[in-house]
Amino acid sequence: MSDLEQFRAETRAWLEANCPEEMRQPLKSQADHCWGGRKWQFQSDAQKVWMERMADKGWTAPQWPKEYGGGGLSPEEAEVLAEEMKRINARTPVSNFGFWMLGPALLKFGSEELKRQHLPPICRGEIRWCQGYSEPNAGSDLASLQTRAEDKGDHFLVNGQKIWTSYADKADWIFCLVRTDPNASKHNGISFALFDMESEGVSTRPIELISGESPFCETFFDDVKVGKDQIVGELNRGWDVAKYLLTHERNNIGGEPPGFLKGRALGPLAAEHVGTEHGKLADGALRADIARLEIDQMAFQALVGKIREEAEAGQGVGAQSAVLKYYGTELNKRRYEVMMDALGAEGLEWESERTMGGLYAREWLRSKGNSIEGGTSEVMLGIVSKRLLGLPDA
Amino acid sequence: MKLNDEQQMLQDSVARLMADKGPVSHLRELRDRNDEKGYDEPLWHAMVESGLTGILVPEEHGGIGFGLVGAGLVAREIGRNLSVTPFLSTAVLGATALATGGSVKQQQKWLPAIAEGSVITALAVDDGAKHRPEAIKTEAKAAGDGVTLNGGKLLVLDAHVADLLLVAARQGESTALFLVDPKAEGVTIERNRMVDDRNAARVTLDNVAAEPMADGAAALAAALRAGRAVLAAELSGLAREAFERTLQYLKERKQFGRLIGTFQALQHRAALLMGEVSMSDALAMQALDACDRNADDAEVQVLAAKAKAARVALLAGQEAVQMHGGIGMTDEFDIGFFLKRARAGGETLGDANYCADRFAVLRDY
Repeated sequence: MSDLEQFRAETRAWLEANCPEEMRQPLKSQADHCWGGRKWQFQSDAQKVWMERMADKGWTAPQWPKEYGGGGLSPEEAEVLAEEMKRINARTPVSNFGFWMLGPALLKFGSEELKRQHLPPICRGEIRWCQGYSEPNAGSDLASLQTRAEDKGDHFLVNGQKIWTSYADKADWIFCLVRTDPNASKHNGISFALFDMESEGVSTRPIELISGESPFCETFFDDVKVGKDQIVGELNRGWDVAKYLLTHERNNIGGEPPGFLKGRALGPLAAEHVGTEHGKLADGALRADIARLEIDQMAFQALVGKIREEAEAGQGVGAQSAVLKYYGTELNKRRYEVMMDALGAEGLEWESERTMGGLYAREWLRSKGNSIEGGTSEVMLGIVSKRLLGLPDA
Repeated sequence: MKLNDEQQMLQDSVARLMADKGPVSHLRELRDRNDEKGYDEPLWHAMVESGLTGILVPEEHGGIGFGLVGAGLVAREIGRNLSVTPFLSTAVLGATALATGGSVKQQQKWLPAIAEGSVITALAVDDGAKHRPEAIKTEAKAAGDGVTLNGGKLLVLDAHVADLLLVAARQGESTALFLVDPKAEGVTIERNRMVDDRNAARVTLDNVAAEPMADGAAALAAALRAGRAVLAAELSGLAREAFERTLQYLKERKQFGRLIGTFQALQHRAALLMGEVSMSDALAMQALDACDRNADDAEVQVLAAKAKAARVALLAGQEAVQMHGGIGMTDEFDIGFFLKRARAGGETLGDANYCADRFAVLRDY
């Protein structure tokens, strides 16, 4: 038996023995997701046990080095673990911006001290992170951000405002882009700072979205003290870190987005609502829309596969991530439009129990943000035309 | 899917061959002199010499048995150069049908001949203006050892130069391919020059004697699948070339005192087109690979790939003409050829709507 087969056998046995039955059920809604952190209320004992057992193995962050609380797995082993978890429908034990964004940034740019301070609590699900990038006047034009961090000798003093901070009201720490050199040009003079959301002077206000939910906040900083050792990468070179993470974030697109539609086929869903005639969906136009969408999704997945292969062969993903971001989000919006067409009146219900509190309509509305957050579709097309097509500037 | 070393070498050599010996200018010349055969004979001979005519012919019959990915790589370059050859009709459709459903005798007779380029075959499927192989009207009636065919066929590629017709006909409940000698009594072949300057004939069959295959139903299914997959690759290559020519034009053409490629409206259209072309190409190659691996979802993938490629090629042709402006509308300029071929290639063996319909059927809705 090869080492990888051996690993698979052990992993399978361990998961069988340690993954609670309750944690093998599909998420009913986003609310079933375990975010972790100081304020986290576990939905059940099973959720807590599952997170702790996985954290003990280092498998909440399978590929991070062991000395920082990760699993130290090779990409091949991590894939085996993912496959084995999928085999039994095991839920992700815990995840938040610490895993998705800060961890990769620290591993690439962080000092040894910062890695040792921050990575293990992420892996154990003890600290939940949020991301402070956008500002009221710095959205698509992120680099024009104005939040200031003034050097006060033994600390920085941070003043300013962030917006669209995901779950800032529930997070424990924030990684934040701040201007440390107001005289430098736009992209220079920005630093990547870390601080505790319980620090004096931090306040948050949830923003109610068109979906009726509030996954984002406005976040205010009023004379917040930040340690000088809490800068990731070089001072004034925070844009490099941010750019790396934006690319990293866009690369993650391509997997199936979470939500009600995950793993669900639209054809049978539509059949439940519009009925069938001669074995085909009764609404021919809807049927054609679904087929066209699914064909486009299949083509998108084929491209994702190709770009990933090229990236693994060392050609890098680079600006191709903008292609993935554009099509991934636009397709997801189309998927929700078709879903709403299929659901009819039932999709419009906003509060009923049978729709899990208007889940369909809320997710449909939430999907509209996909092509805005993380770089709008228009910004992506600009990146493609300049960096991939070499079209000239005006 | 990633190309292996052999496939990579094939791609490189075919790219050179098509660019050198089968460029767009040849299509124009064939058209302008209303060539009797209607295809690029010197190019076809060069393809024979390179073994490309036997790309899907098994080795025991004198071919190189390279698989559909290989055929797709050839088709992609054919698409880029709008090369005019009987590659699809003979090396793909004829070879696949015979290798899949031919009797030993039929295979021995025809497959080596296809590989060595001494025959051209034509597949006759459609009995109406639209491709609907599930409802074939042409009838096959038992007569002695063979059958007699009655019906009419459209869009029969290369029929006027063919040495063998493979005709889809209904016999009772089943639909199968039958072998017909184009010179047999009762066969009328009306050569039609199509919008893309290729040859597709109308064929009439009036009590024509035909030869059944060992498994004519399997032959038809295999030929349709292979043909659609290869067409998806050709259309993707065509779309890529139309896009690249247009991109180049955006970097050269000046209006209002600046390069038109600086205008955001055109930049975004070009970016969108690049994405669509890349997706069409990736899906086509994935579908060809699925066929070679005999994957469970090969049929679904091929239908998706053909539907996507047909739409994207047409989009690329339209966008190319639009972004070239007035010059794109002139016959003197080559870009219009891409639009024309996109329309004809998209229609062949099932357009995007047909493929999407079958795709939905296979996905149970």
